[in-house]
Amino acid sequence: MKIISTILLASLATAVYAAPQAFDFKDPKGVNNAVFSLDAPLESISGSASGISGTVSFDPENPGATTGKIVVAAESLTVPNPMQKEHLHGANWLDVAKYPEITFEAKSLASVKTADHVTTADVTGTFTLHGVAKEITVPIKLTYLPDKLGARVPNLKGDLLVIRANFTINREDFDIQKGQYLDKVSPTISLTLSIAGAFAK
Amino acid sequence: MRKILQLLALFVVLAAAGTWAATGGNRGWTKTGVPVETLDPVTGIVAIGYRPQFLPGVDFLGAAAGAAGLLAGVSFFFRKTKINQPPINN
Repeated sequence: MKIISTILLASLATAVYAAPQAFDFKDPKGVNNAVFSLDAPLESISGSASGISGTVSFDPENPGATTGKIVVAAESLTVPNPMQKEHLHGANWLDVAKYPEITFEAKSLASVKTADHVTTADVTGTFTLHGVAKEITVPIKLTYLPDKLGARVPNLKGDLLVIRANFTINREDFDIQKGQYLDKVSPTISLTLSIAGAFAK
Repeated sequence: MRKILQLLALFVVLAAAGTWAATGGNRGWTKTGVPVETLDPVTGIVAIGYRPQFLPGVDFLGAAAGAAGLLAGVSFFFRKTKINQPPINN
């Protein structure tokens, strides 16, 4: 009986250890960011978003099974020119009052390569912007930092997961001024995501 | 009055050009914040914040030129100041 209990406990411990970890991407430090850039005649329109949250399920033993959802608060999109920001948030462009969230829900990973806690892959998922959902595949880099949570948040033990992605989307695919202002604002939007999530133990 | 408005128009143009040049001659749009990048040493992520700073751009110059043009235009609605000359005695 004792042997069976020991085996059960050991199995349970292994299962817990091997289970995927849910990394929380809510960032009170305001480090996480998404940078966007669009070409325009006078100068490119560049800005960033900091209102990032979401959860990603990541298994260090099986990074290819990563899934999760990242949410960007549309209201947090900022550009240095106040008039451009007003237009960006307004009903004619992103309409942040009606569509307050920009989301990406990761469903599957392909071309997964892992070395020294760093995984590169192509993630396929649903990108939702301006109320339009579209399936896209983008290259990502996942950096797993075991036991590094304490270095960021004192008195907390746990791991960190850094996600980086660099990709482009077409605003016309998401019904943002479709066919309009093509000579003034490029339809292609470059996006760079740099975010870190925490898993407290 | 005419002269005052014309001088004011000149002052507006020169002040705007001086401000624009003194703040770095930004050839883009006017900005009210400047991006500030900070490296997070644990994750290696470069955090982006904005420091409030007025950075006039070409639209600022355009607006100043427009205002100066308006002042100069309005000045022509005023008559030239007549200088009282003493009568000529023959």
